[in-house]
Amino acid sequence: GDLGPLVKSPFRVDEPLTPRKDVTRYNNFYEFGTDKGDPAINAHRMKTDPWTIKVEGLVGKPRTFDLDQIYKLAPLEERIYRLRCVEAWSMVIPWVGFPLSALLKAVEPLGSARYVEFVTLFDPKVMDTRPVLDWPYKEGLRLDEAMHPLTLMAVGLYGEVLPNQNGAPVRLVVPWKYGFKSAKSIVTIRLTDKQPNTSWNDAGPEEYGFYSNVNPDVDHPRWSQAKERRIGDFLKRKTLPFNGYADQVASMYAGMDLRKNF
Amino acid sequence: MTATTAPRSPSVKALSAGKISALKVLVFILSLIPLGLLLLAFFQDDLGANPIETITHATGDWTLRFLLITLAVTPLRKLTGWHWLLRLRRMLGLFTFFYAVLHFGTYIVLDQFFDWRAVVLDVLKRPYITVGFAAFVLLVPLAVTSTNAMVRRLGGRRWQALHRSVYGIAILGVVHYWWLVKADMFEPLIYALILAVLLGLRAWWREQERLRQRSAPPAQANGHRHIIPILPR
Repeated sequence: GDLGPLVKSPFRVDEPLTPRKDVTRYNNFYEFGTDKGDPAINAHRMKTDPWTIKVEGLVGKPRTFDLDQIYKLAPLEERIYRLRCVEAWSMVIPWVGFPLSALLKAVEPLGSARYVEFVTLFDPKVMDTRPVLDWPYKEGLRLDEAMHPLTLMAVGLYGEVLPNQNGAPVRLVVPWKYGFKSAKSIVTIRLTDKQPNTSWNDAGPEEYGFYSNVNPDVDHPRWSQAKERRIGDFLKRKTLPFNGYADQVASMYAGMDLRKNF
Repeated sequence: MTATTAPRSPSVKALSAGKISALKVLVFILSLIPLGLLLLAFFQDDLGANPIETITHATGDWTLRFLLITLAVTPLRKLTGWHWLLRLRRMLGLFTFFYAVLHFGTYIVLDQFFDWRAVVLDVLKRPYITVGFAAFVLLVPLAVTSTNAMVRRLGGRRWQALHRSVYGIAILGVVHYWWLVKADMFEPLIYALILAVLLGLRAWWREQERLRQRSAPPAQANGHRHIIPILPR
């Protein structure tokens, strides 16, 4: 359904939007099949209401949020972000959501918290149980990355409730990182003092780093990251450092060797 | 059985020339269906969000499938006694090459759009592209020498020695697929298993033949052993 009046966010890329049908039919959501057309066919089996997100770990006020409470954490805003997949294709998507920082502030992170771990739904009754990755899917951010104003908890796209295949009911969107960092259908958020394991990093530590910031100068070992194909375009375009968000986020990585911390 | 009579198993099924021609036409049409479906999807704007990826994957899949079908001819013939299968092998091999050309062409034209620097870097730096490229290059001499005239020019033995490289090419093709997949190894594994069976059967039969020859008394090994293998026509 429609998400009602939305706050106009200044975070808007001025580039043509990827058509809704492509955003919702070309998905990597391996729990519903590894072909990019699979999630649109299979994800309807997932029940997204009722839903809760448990927030725990190094926080002053651990809490379990239901959907109503999640929707009321902050005014919903529309943000138009680039999405760059590690497979060298990209989209421009009008997300609807609120900053993750609003949720984290509500649970009062302790001074000892350094990282945020995201655990997503794994329901063998409705999902593909082949051990393609180590389920449930896990992702992680450094706390400063998680608190960054660009980091979004999305509940919709194109002004409507998030389709299941796009990670309903609540997913992460971190626009300066490769798409797999933006975990879908989140059920647990855990604040920790050490870097959490992540599914893709576990599966291929040489190929998928913990940071996975979009970087045209650091190739995936098996393919180049210098260019990308924007869905709908014929010619490839150059990939931008931090997916074009360098002005906002590069300072978080000052002094770090981005080839080592890829 | 006298020495002049060719041994024939009762299961041999000879087909008339007319039936073979009809069969060839049928296989030719069937082999064009994957291309036809791609073209249909293209004109109906039904290739999905990433049409170039769809075309790349489809032509790659069908190259591998035709390669495995081609390699299945000999084992199937041995197991069933349907010797006419051999008459289809050249066409199947050429369709392997046909889809390989489409796959390679898609990569060069649609995916890289003649960015030769990127292509060279890909071939040099990315193992899955290196082996895929090698497999394609090695297919070229097989396609070029597929005519009857070339078989005669090379002579049966040399021709056959050259065309045995198809076993290596098939391994490169499966490795190409294996190495490009991100995490879900299910499909590459299926191709690898089928190829292992097709090559394994050959190895097994060769070993059996070797043992048979070794145990045969040397006096008899003289006359009938060097049967020139049947060449494709």
